[in-house]
Order: sequence, then C-alpha cells, then structure tokens
Amino acid sequence: MSYAQRGMDWVRALPKPAKIVLWVLFLVFLFALPLLNIPFITTPDSDFGGVLFTVSTYVLVALGLNIVVGYAGLLDLGYVGFYAIGAYTVGVLSSLHGSWPWLWTVPVAIGAALISGILLGAPTLRVRGDYLAIVTLGFGEIVRLTLVNSQWLNGAQGISNIPRPPGAELFEVPSLDWSSGAPVVDLSNTTTFLKFGITDQIPYYWLALSVILLVLLFDKLVKDSRVGRAWEATREDEDAAELMGVPTFRFKLLAFALGACIGGLSGALFAGKAGFISPDSFVLLLSILFIAAVVVGGAGNRWGVILGAIVVGYFPERFRDFADFRVLVFGLALMLLAIFRPQGILPPRRAVRAIEADEKLEALEEGEVRV
Amino acid sequence: MQYLFDNFWALTITGLTLGAVYALVALGYTLVYGVLRLINFAHSEVFMYGTFAALWVVTFLGGNATGSIAQVIFWIAMMFVAAMAMSGLIAVLLERFAYRPLRKRNAPPLIALISAIGASFVLAEIMGLREKITGWFGLDTPLATYVRNSRNNAGMPEIITPQPVFTLGDYAVTNVDIFVIVGAIAIMIMLDQFVKRSRLGRGIRAVAQDPESAALMGVNRDRVIQVTFLVGGVMAGAAAAFYMLKIGITRYDAGFILGVKAFTAAVLGGIGNLRGALLGGFVLGLAENYGSAIVGTEWKDVVAFLLLVVILLFRPTGLLGESLGKARA
Amino acid sequence: MSEAFKDEPVMEINPDVDIAPEPVGGPIVAEGEKLLEVDNVTLRFGGVVALNEVSFHINKGEILGLIGPNGAGKTTCFNVMTGVYQPTSGGVRYLGKPLGKRKKFQITKLGIARTFQNIRLFANMTALENVMVGVDAHHSTGVGSAMFRLPKHRREEAEGLARAMELLEFMGLRGKANELARNLPYGDQRRLEIARALATSPQLLCLDEPAAGFNPAEKAKLMELIRTIRDQGYTVLLIEHDMKLVMGVTDRIVVLEFGRKIAEGSPAEVRDNPAVIAAYLGVDEEDAS
Repeated sequence: MSYAQRGMDWVRALPKPAKIVLWVLFLVFLFALPLLNIPFITTPDSDFGGVLFTVSTYVLVALGLNIVVGYAGLLDLGYVGFYAIGAYTVGVLSSLHGSWPWLWTVPVAIGAALISGILLGAPTLRVRGDYLAIVTLGFGEIVRLTLVNSQWLNGAQGISNIPRPPGAELFEVPSLDWSSGAPVVDLSNTTTFLKFGITDQIPYYWLALSVILLVLLFDKLVKDSRVGRAWEATREDEDAAELMGVPTFRFKLLAFALGACIGGLSGALFAGKAGFISPDSFVLLLSILFIAAVVVGGAGNRWGVILGAIVVGYFPERFRDFADFRVLVFGLALMLLAIFRPQGILPPRRAVRAIEADEKLEALEEGEVRV
Repeated sequence: MQYLFDNFWALTITGLTLGAVYALVALGYTLVYGVLRLINFAHSEVFMYGTFAALWVVTFLGGNATGSIAQVIFWIAMMFVAAMAMSGLIAVLLERFAYRPLRKRNAPPLIALISAIGASFVLAEIMGLREKITGWFGLDTPLATYVRNSRNNAGMPEIITPQPVFTLGDYAVTNVDIFVIVGAIAIMIMLDQFVKRSRLGRGIRAVAQDPESAALMGVNRDRVIQVTFLVGGVMAGAAAAFYMLKIGITRYDAGFILGVKAFTAAVLGGIGNLRGALLGGFVLGLAENYGSAIVGTEWKDVVAFLLLVVILLFRPTGLLGESLGKARA
Repeated sequence: MSEAFKDEPVMEINPDVDIAPEPVGGPIVAEGEKLLEVDNVTLRFGGVVALNEVSFHINKGEILGLIGPNGAGKTTCFNVMTGVYQPTSGGVRYLGKPLGKRKKFQITKLGIARTFQNIRLFANMTALENVMVGVDAHHSTGVGSAMFRLPKHRREEAEGLARAMELLEFMGLRGKANELARNLPYGDQRRLEIARALATSPQLLCLDEPAAGFNPAEKAKLMELIRTIRDQGYTVLLIEHDMKLVMGVTDRIVVLEFGRKIAEGSPAEVRDNPAVIAAYLGVDEEDAS
C-alpha cells in the first residue's frame, strides 16, 4: 500500500467534524498556494501562478477524460479535439466574428463540444473499442487540420484579443517572501483579488481551481449512482451488461458527451487566460499527454487522475531541462506502467467503496425508507 | 470538379503510388491483427525508422542523380536492404519489449494499446532527439550529417531522376511511378505466396484462425508472433524505401499520418485480410487524391480520416471482410 | 474445479428471505399459462446449422430442463431467446407477442434474465454493485437526477440497495457484499450471477449450466436453491447436461441433439425415450463437463 493510500485511509478514519476542518484547511492551502512561494515547489523558471493554471487545466481535462477512459473504458485519443473546439468557440464568438463577453461564450463552448462529442460518438461507439482509439485519433487531427486550413477561423494565424473573464478589483492579497530563509509577509508583492489581467496569473488559477471543485462534485454525484454503475458494468463486460438491462450504447455515448463537455470547458478557460489561440496550441501530443495523465495516475479513480495530471503538467515546468524529454519520458512511463502496474499509481480501491456502501446501508437501516 | 477531370491521370498515378505505400504498411497492421487481435499502434514508427535507414544509407554511399546504371541499382538495392532490415529489427524489438511481457500477463487489449502508444512515442522521440542523444556520447559532431536538426525535415539526395516513360491522357508516367507500383505489387504477391505456401506462413494462418488448436497441433505461438512482426516490419521497410524514392523527405514524426492512413487502408480492405490490405491501400490512395482534387489539397488528410469514419460506420468488416487465410465462422 | 474449494462450507442459503419479483409493469400471466414460446427457430452460421426448426414452450411457474450433449445447441437457444442472435427463420414469442428485433437490454426489461455458462460477472465491481446493476434495469435515474440528488435518485437508490441486499442475504452472500466479484470463491460467483439475474425481477430466469464445476453435494444444494427460487414466484429454464440432476428438479424436459429437438416431456417420459438414450449412449455425463 502506498503512502498516498495510507494517508487517504487516515483521513477517512477521522471523525466527521475533524474531516471537515481538514478539508477546509486543505482548500485554503490550495487557494493560497501561489502566494506562499514555498521554496522548491515554486517553479524557478516560470511564473508559478501561470504554472498552477496550466496544471489546473491538465487536472480538469484529466477529470473529463477519466469519465470516458476510466469509468466507461473507452480509449479516446482525440480528446484535444474537444479542448480545441471549446477554445475556438470562445475565440470566434468573443473576438474573431463577434464581441461577446467571455462569460457568455463559455456555455456555448460547452454546448459545441457536447454536440461534436455526440456527432463523433453516435457512429463510432458502436464499433469495437480498439477501432474507437484510431477514429478518435483521426478526429483530433481533423479538428486541427480544419483549424489550420479554414480561412474563416483565421488559419494558422489563430485568434488573438480574446477577452478576459469578468473580474472586479476588490482588495489586495499579500504574498510570502522566503528570501531571508523564513517566510515573511510581503506587502509590496500583492495580487488584486479577481483582477484578470495580463501580468498576474494567480486569479486565473483561482478560477480554474473553483471550476475543478465543481467538476469534482459533479463527478462524484454522477459516478455514485445508477449512471456510474452502468458505466462500470459496460467497461467490465459489455455483453453481460447489456443482458442485465443496461442500454450500453446510450451510456457510452453519455460518457463520451460528458467528457467532451469538460474538454470544451477546459478549452474555454484556456482561451480566456491565454488571450490568443492558434492551431499549434492543439497538437496531437496533448491528447497523448492527457491519456498519460489518466493512465499514469490510475484510470477510474478521480484522485489518481488528479495526481497523474499534476505529474504530467507540473514536472516539465518545474524541471525545465527535462521539457525536451517529456514526451520520451511519458511514453516510457506508459509502456512501463502498462507492463508492471496497469492499474496506475493510485488505482480505484475497494476499501473506499466498501466504507461508502456501509455508510449507505446504515442510513438505509436507520431511516424509514423500507421497501 | 473540373480540376479532377483535367488532372485525372496525374491524380490516378499519384494515388496508386501512395496507395502502394499504404498497402505495404497496412500489411503490417493486418498481419499483427490477424494473430494477436491487436492494433499495433507503433507500426507507424516501424515505417518511420525504415525511411531514415534508407536515407542514411544513401547519404553514406554518396548517392546522387548522376550515378551510372550499376551504381543506381546498387544504391537502390542497399536502400531496400537497409530499410527492410531496420524496420524488421524495430518491429521485432517492439514485440519483444512492448507486447510480449503483456501477453505473458494476459493483459486486456486496452492495456496493450496503451503500451503500444507509449512505445510509439518513445520511438518517435528517440529519433526526434537523436542530436541530443548522440551528443551525450560526443557523437553529434562526427555524425552531424545524420543527426543535425533532428526535429526538422531530412531530405534524401535524388538518385533516380524521374523520367517520363509514357503518357496517359496528358500525364507523363515516370520511371519512379512504375517502379513503385510494380515493385510494391510484386512484393505483395511474394508475401501472399509466403503466407500461403511456406511452413511459417501456415503457422501464421493457423494461429490467426484458432490460437489454442494451433498450440495443440505443435505450432510455437511465440515464434509465429515474432515472425509475424518481422514480416510486417520488413514490408513496412520496403514501403519506406519506396516512399523515400517517391517523396524523398522524412521526419521523426512522419510515421503518424502515414500510419493512420495505412490503418485506414487495412480497415477498408478488411483487417486481418492480406488481399484486403492491398485493395484498401490502392482505394484509399485514389480516394484521397480524387477527394482532395475536389475539395482542395490541404484537405487531403481530412478526406482520408473521414473515409475511415464512414467505413467503420457502414461496413466495419471492410470491403473483403476480415480474415487471414480462410473466413472465420 | 470444486477441489480447490473443498474446505469451503457447502453453500448456506436463507430460503426464507422474500425475493419475489418486484412488480415492474407488463402483463402477468396466470400459473400454468404459456410464458414463452420458441416457434420453429432455425439459426444458421454460414453453412453450419446451429438450430434446426426447434419449437418448445415454457409455462409460467414451472422448471423446464433443456438438456442435450455438448454442442447440441442449448446455449445457442438461450442466445436466441435473449436477443444475442437473431434467428434465421422462426421466432420467439413472449407473453404471446413476438420478441422481434428487440435489443438485448429491452428483452431483459421485458422479463427474461440469464446467467452464463462461463461466469461473466463485472469482475472489478463489488458483489453488491453487481446485483444493483441488475436492479437498475428498471430504474431511470439519469445524470440530472443523480447530479441534483433528486427524489427519484434517492428513492431508486434506496429501493435498489434494499432489494440487492435481500438477494445477497437469500444467496448467503450478505457478508461478502463489499468483496470484489473477482475475489469471491467459485461457488459464490455462481450464486452471485444468479442473484444478479434475479435482481432484474424476471418472469423467466434462464440458468446456463449453473452447476458446472460443483461437487455432488453442492449440486444437490443448488437444485434445492433452484426449487426455492421457483417457489418464490419465478419460472426457471435450466440448461444442464447432467441428466440425473435435471430429473430430480424439473417439471418437464426438452432434449436437443445437433440443433434439433429430439424429445420433450416429463422427466420419466424423457428418461425412457429411445432417442434420448441413443443420444446419451456412451457419453458419461460426468466426464462431459
């Protein structure tokens, strides 16, 4: 059992109020992370707020892809396509062919990704799983080539001047300075609360983190229901699931479409922060890094894929010398994991489910719900 | 549309030459799928290494456009030998390190696919980083001709100048076109005969049809699988050599698009079906050329991908159906 | 197979737990009426005739045995009834109406559930989750209800949990509700498969060689279990090639050989039928498994 798992068990064993306090503290820590400037963790070569934002988009994408790959067992190698569709929807509506505010474009971006997910999924989810991998790979490339070739989308030049998310300049938040060896509150280096500007990237990270929390909640609620069970049954044995009354095609399509939505949402966030997008932002490589994040962390376990996304998104930024080799390293990691630990670093665990199921049973027996 | 009619023969011949390359690469997908029921995702890199082997050997031998007939024949022969050897070797290594350990553990196909994706990126990146990697050993200067600018296109010196041989409509068919099309078909006929008549070929067919019975009948499955990868790799090597003769440029990521297209060809013909791969390759080569003539050449790759989606939609078993040897019940 | 689990106690079931099928809509047939009719079904794969004009019917409330030597077409027959294969000609009528081209999950919802000859549980889900998938067949919670924890989700979840736990209790698996299916001993897996099928509240339960791999004591227990299931209000179709076993538990027997029906009748009639004796002659039933 790994340390991470032991840690999780320790948290689970705590009484409820302690758990809540711990979670709140952890959340505060996450939000404060870019201001703490903790030595070693903070990236020396690039703006830490920006890095945290990048890592957050990886986490968001990995959570979305986990629904498709981890829960429903569909290997989607074209996930970057949905990410691109989300970003370009924002770009087109807010800058290139319209002047909508960023916030309004986000639901449209999610909708566009959803529709493209259904259009791609409806014909292809009926074919064998290994074919799906290739078709989705092709889809990712079709999207990119379309962006490059389409004059209406400004071709290879991309879209610039995408508006930022709406903000308000409410108050200043100070940061910590460690240059003397111990942390000192630094009042000269502050972040304006919710000013989405160019230089200070920290508010974007806060936004992305909030979105991640919402998606996590959504993920948990949906997974822990008939829908989640149907996905897992389909993944385990599609024919048997069908014969137990699961309309497998419908559930596969649902997983694919929800995954696409989250991909589109991530793309919209990315466009809002970057201000500029071009086809080069959506290369195939990203799809593979996304898959690596999910598989390395442990497909099917949301904490596992978050860990995987942090590994894939953070390490190349922290160790810049390593950036050139990151595809090589992640390729190698995929191979080695497939061979030696196909379930990933942090695989879904039965013990956790057992505890949750026991809690539910208790509730059932105590409550008046008796059928 | 008018463009299609005006350039019909040019498009047809280009389509057939590219189709021949697709077909040869598709054979590798089809053979491996036949015996393992697995998409060898990294097969595209097997092809890519072949293109570099061809390029390097021609550079090493000082190939140029003014060689005598004997020299040109020698260069071409060496080019094929090098490409086929390199691709065969990579394919066998791939089987040994990315697939066999998984097979021993009875891993599900999805895990094998992930391992293959990993292997594919490792292979492509090693080629893309060859300048840095050789640099660690101080070899980047002596090998500069071979490793310089490893992320960029690498071009091969032209060793046969395309000469018109005869005209079709108003397109002059060149010696290179004829060599590629005829050569590729000849190699495929040889392969077909090999699989049909040789002992190893029978082993491949036996494993493809029923691995368990084949094992009971004394077929060494591991060996058959190894040979299958080798044969698929050698075919991809031949494709790489033809490709370098016709196109002449390669890159560390050249395998990807070609791989997806060859896979499309394999599915189009009916994966697991050798003759299907041939047919699929030519049909795809023609379709994407005609298609791009109608909607514009920049959409060529999109046409090929869309074709793949459409086939899977309407006839997932391909034109000739799935089989290796005889149809399965 | 059973050797490995010799130390396991012979299965302990709790026959008194009420596991009667939930009312899930659809017409209810009176006891003894025809529930399902297989009507002149022929199925060809290429040149191979897997089923040749097979006809029989199942009455509500009975245990019908479908027997025959290996390769006789028993499982194929199941596959036609559950929508895995479409018959080349002929058809299946359920409650008097043809099944037609209904999809597999639709047929399950209509009230036909099955188990598999080679166990096909959802290996990486817990025993409880496996059974809940079966209960879910009649539920309709979607993303919306689940996301907002609407009353529908709560009600279906509570109902499902209650029914699933009753089924596990009945099968003597309550203590193992949170074990992963793949970690259960063989005998438990067999029973879990039956529980999962029962969870869909079927009118007709089709068991495909449920006793395969059991020792004689376990087999006897299983037959008792099947009778109890019938007494709780289910109709059972049982595939088995161990003749002796089927004789004791079934009301009627249909015998297949080479895709044809060669006999039908009460256990006694079938046992004395010369065609059946010929089909089984020289085949030691114990070895055949």
